Amino acid sequence: MGERLVIIGAGMASGRMLEHLIEAAPGCYDITIFNGEPRGNYNRIMLSPVLSGEKAFEDIVTHDAGWYAANGIACRFGEHVTKIDRDRKMVVSAKGETPYDRLVIATGSAPFIIPVAGKDLSGVVSYRDLEDTNAMIAAARPGANAVVIGGGLLGLEAAAGMALRGAKVTVIHLMGHLMERQLDPAAGYLLQKDLEKKGITVHCKGATKAILGHDRVEAVLLEDGTVYPADLVCMAVGIRPETRLATDAHLEVARGIVVDDQLRTSDPSVFAIGECVEHEKQLFGLVAPLYDQAKILARTLTGEAATFQPVQTATKLKVTGVDLFSAGDFAEGPGREDIVFRDPGRGVYKRLILEGEKLIGAVMYGDTADGSWFFGLIKDGTDVTAMRDTLIFGPAFAGGSSADPMAAVAALPPEAEICGCNGVCKGRIIEAIGGGANTLDLVRAETKASSSCGTCTGLVEQVMALTLGGGFQANANPPMCKCTDHTHEDVRRLIKSLGLKSIPAVMQELGWKSVGGCASCRPALNYYLLSDWPMDYRDDRQSRFVNERNHANIQKDGTYSVVPRMWGGVTTPAELRAIADAADKYSVPMVKVTGGQRIDLLGVRKENLPAIWADLNDAGMVSGHAYAKGLRTVKTCVGSEFCRFGTQDSTGLGIRLEKLLWGSWTPAKVKLAVSGCPRNCAEATCKDIGVVCVDSGYQISVAGAAGMDVKETELLCTVATEEEVLEIVAAFVQLYRENARYLHRIYKWVAKVGLDWCKAEVVEDRANRRALHDRFMLSQSVYQSDPWAAEPPVRKDWSPIYDLSREAAE
Amino acid sequence: MNMASETWIDIGPLADIPREGGRVVRTAAGCVAVFRTATDEVFAMDDRCPHKGGPLSEGIVHGRQVTCPLHNWVFDMTTGMAQGADKGHVTTFTARLDGGRVLLNAGELLGRAPATAP
Ligand code: SRM
Ligand SMILES: Cc1cc2nc3c(=O)[nH]c(=O)nc-3n(C[C@H](O)[C@H](O)[C@H](O)COP(=O)(O)OP(=O)(O)OC[C@H]3O[C@@H](n4cnc5c(N)ncnc54)[C@H](O)[C@@H]3O)c2cc1C
Ligand code: SF4
Ligand code: FES
Repeated sequence: MGERLVIIGAGMASGRMLEHLIEAAPGCYDITIFNGEPRGNYNRIMLSPVLSGEKAFEDIVTHDAGWYAANGIACRFGEHVTKIDRDRKMVVSAKGETPYDRLVIATGSAPFIIPVAGKDLSGVVSYRDLEDTNAMIAAARPGANAVVIGGGLLGLEAAAGMALRGAKVTVIHLMGHLMERQLDPAAGYLLQKDLEKKGITVHCKGATKAILGHDRVEAVLLEDGTVYPADLVCMAVGIRPETRLATDAHLEVARGIVVDDQLRTSDPSVFAIGECVEHEKQLFGLVAPLYDQAKILARTLTGEAATFQPVQTATKLKVTGVDLFSAGDFAEGPGREDIVFRDPGRGVYKRLILEGEKLIGAVMYGDTADGSWFFGLIKDGTDVTAMRDTLIFGPAFAGGSSADPMAAVAALPPEAEICGCNGVCKGRIIEAIGGGANTLDLVRAETKASSSCGTCTGLVEQVMALTLGGGFQANANPPMCKCTDHTHEDVRRLIKSLGLKSIPAVMQELGWKSVGGCASCRPALNYYLLSDWPMDYRDDRQSRFVNERNHANIQKDGTYSVVPRMWGGVTTPAELRAIADAADKYSVPMVKVTGGQRIDLLGVRKENLPAIWADLNDAGMVSGHAYAKGLRTVKTCVGSEFCRFGTQDSTGLGIRLEKLLWGSWTPAKVKLAVSGCPRNCAEATCKDIGVVCVDSGYQISVAGAAGMDVKETELLCTVATEEEVLEIVAAFVQLYRENARYLHRIYKWVAKVGLDWCKAEVVEDRANRRALHDRFMLSQSVYQSDPWAAEPPVRKDWSPIYDLSREAAE
Repeated sequence: MNMASETWIDIGPLADIPREGGRVVRTAAGCVAVFRTATDEVFAMDDRCPHKGGPLSEGIVHGRQVTCPLHNWVFDMTTGMAQGADKGHVTTFTARLDGGRVLLNAGELLGRAPATAP
């Protein structure tokens, strides 16, 4: 058992720290986490899209119950820590005392409440957590009056969100222009104009005198006498580090909890991280530096040397339709020079602040595409003398190229920062793509880029498009393809609810925009229809990719490979002889053992396929579906029949599973393995479904991968008999068949729906398990047939329709 | 006027080509793909993708377009032009239907330079 690590506060900083810690040293601590909010870590930044209705809370949860459980973290959510007893190394909460060896304080900050009369009235909220957000959502009915005090980042996001919900919103701001800490007056003016266009009233230089009301808020009174009616008041005037626990425990506290470069407080076994800390007299209010702190603290906790150095941050506002960017220092001063560009027609304003030969600040409004390039120049202290004349036009112009929107991104150097929140540079994204991350989700998972506030998503996608060329498909729950505006999920749902049973019916009823679809939607539709209506729908061969149409893998030179099934990886001399004979007879250029425990005959000409299949069929072999979005292989080890460690007959069970599942079509390929004991020689724990035999029975785990992503399986359940394994595996595959989107492997699908849901459907609900199993078997009654034997009806169809080569020679 | 353009070769019945599918005609200068659309139009073009030589006859046919089976370039069968961001062109040949038979223009086909080996 590891040392006891107690964390106070399950917010964005501690959440990220845990991710690093668990990745670096899983199980090294026995972790308990307290949170005042009755929930775990979510992406606080994204409360604004939740407020505006552009996202649901579920979309912004970073760590769900499953994540904490999977990592063995004890959760004490909804439980405030009230005291730290450093002498006895205990934290105290309402439910008692919890001992620690090491303690992390990550209490974030508390909204600052201006001390005016009426501040405690009901209907006065701040903007910090889900409760505040929900209160604003409830109040922001169409026609209701809302007043936001504070025209900074948070206040404006609150105002825009409530306005989007139909409320009449007034922003009261003490200073001369909005967001004065991030914007100069010109940009502040443009911002005000854009907000006014959205129906928001902006009152600058407005000092709040009192909040009026009897039982609840009714209006806001300003010093100048103006009164704004209010059904809700949101106070967003600033935050202060939440340091009370630390102060009471006599830790060194200035404005925040004082920490050193290792995030250690004045007590060597107590650490602090996030908005509650002060480092070298600096406080933090954006996530980028907090994520750096998280990295450093994780290292410190694993005994690695690491030093925190705050980075520069850039600001963006998450209000749809408002593009602003600011970075660095933009105050006027001696020795500073400005370069300004304005395009009033388009509402564009850009200002660069230079000191000597360096760029030290940038403010942009209306067109922020070059923001990260400028930010890079600021951070690196690049000498910009040579490009000064054209600097304001950005990297595209500096390179002399056209107005291609991609040019700006193409011109960024590898170290240019793309994701400010997570400090991810262009080079890191390209590296991840090179490592196989070819979707936005994968890039997010790999680099964390665009996973926090999301304003850089477009940039990340542009980097991906540049790197992947034609292979890139933009994400963000996109439509299925260019032929439709519906997502995969919508199409699956509508096929069922409208009872659509053919591809033309789907295209007609769902308003396809193309004639005959495309190579991306047709195979997906064909799969959805055959999986939903096994008895009614007839497979459309012409909507299948070449491999599934020809029951073989096409090679780069247009020949094919042939892989007969070898049940559970077991073969016989007779089969091997037949394979050898076929290889000779059809002059197969290469015979290879595959990674799936069977034999591949590579380089067969298309017109020879029917004949070679017939020969292999005659020897009792069937297609191995090495080409299919369907069951591929079931790898096995020798198991209890031969191995001195084997606990069960893994080989026999593997063969039974393969015989059960073969021929079924699935959203993407499905691979299984069965190992006879936890030594796991069949590598069951990186398969879509893996079974590991143990003395007491069978551990069924799912959602592994070992291709573009490598992922260990997660335990679905443990059962006592082979019969149960067969039933649960069939039910689980059917759940996947009915719900996943085309081309999503099991691990991707499980990541979306959650393992807990799968468990509820196939493990806990026995009647449902049986029903899924039965639907699977019904489908198998149609689809479990050997395509090699069924096809081709006319062998000559596999040859050229006509041979003109001889006529040409004549 | 080119006399050869009058010579049509009957390559077979339309029914031998699947709807939204293709077959190939072998010639000394490489294979020619012959496609049949969902509405029974026929088109012919070189069976060689300009990208990396993929056999277009094995692509998915949608509308008057075909998607190469190897890396998904899309070609317009009426012009042979690659669609979207991809740049390339495939030679097309005249194909027509006559009483349920598919005819190709012999002059066009035989007049081609032999394909360079892939
Ligand atoms: C033949 C084989 C390689 C070998 O010589 O061993 C092979 C060959 C191909 N694999 Fe594989 N994979 C083979 C085992 C694997 C394995 C190992 C395994 O199964 O234990 C993996 C990693 C495990 C996994 O799937 O998680 C593997 C991960 C992939 C991937 C990545 C899948 C992913 O979701 O990340 C692809 C790409 C895809 O499917 O989109 C792929 C795709 C391919 C294709 C079909 C590419 C294509 O579309 O043309 C290759 C066909 C080559 C050809 O010309 O025939 N192959 N491939 C193996 C056949 C196994 C079999 O008996 O059926
Ligand atoms: C609406 C909104 C929009 C934002 N937008 C951006 C943005 O676009 N970009 C950006 O960089 N930043 C943004 N931020 C700021 C960012 O969210 C914070 O910097 C970040 O969440 C701070 O992380 P933290 O872990 O320090 O604190 P928090 O995430 O606040 O977590 C602290 C947690 O500690 C808990 N806690 C406090 N005291 C106790 C106690 N005594 N016992 C138990 N638990 C306790 C709290 O309940 C809280 O859950 C935004 C913030 C808000 C509110
Ligand atoms: S790893 Fe798989 S997909 Fe890649 S070259 Fe080898 S066989 Fe082909
Ligand atoms: S060979 Fe046709 S797209 Fe690559």
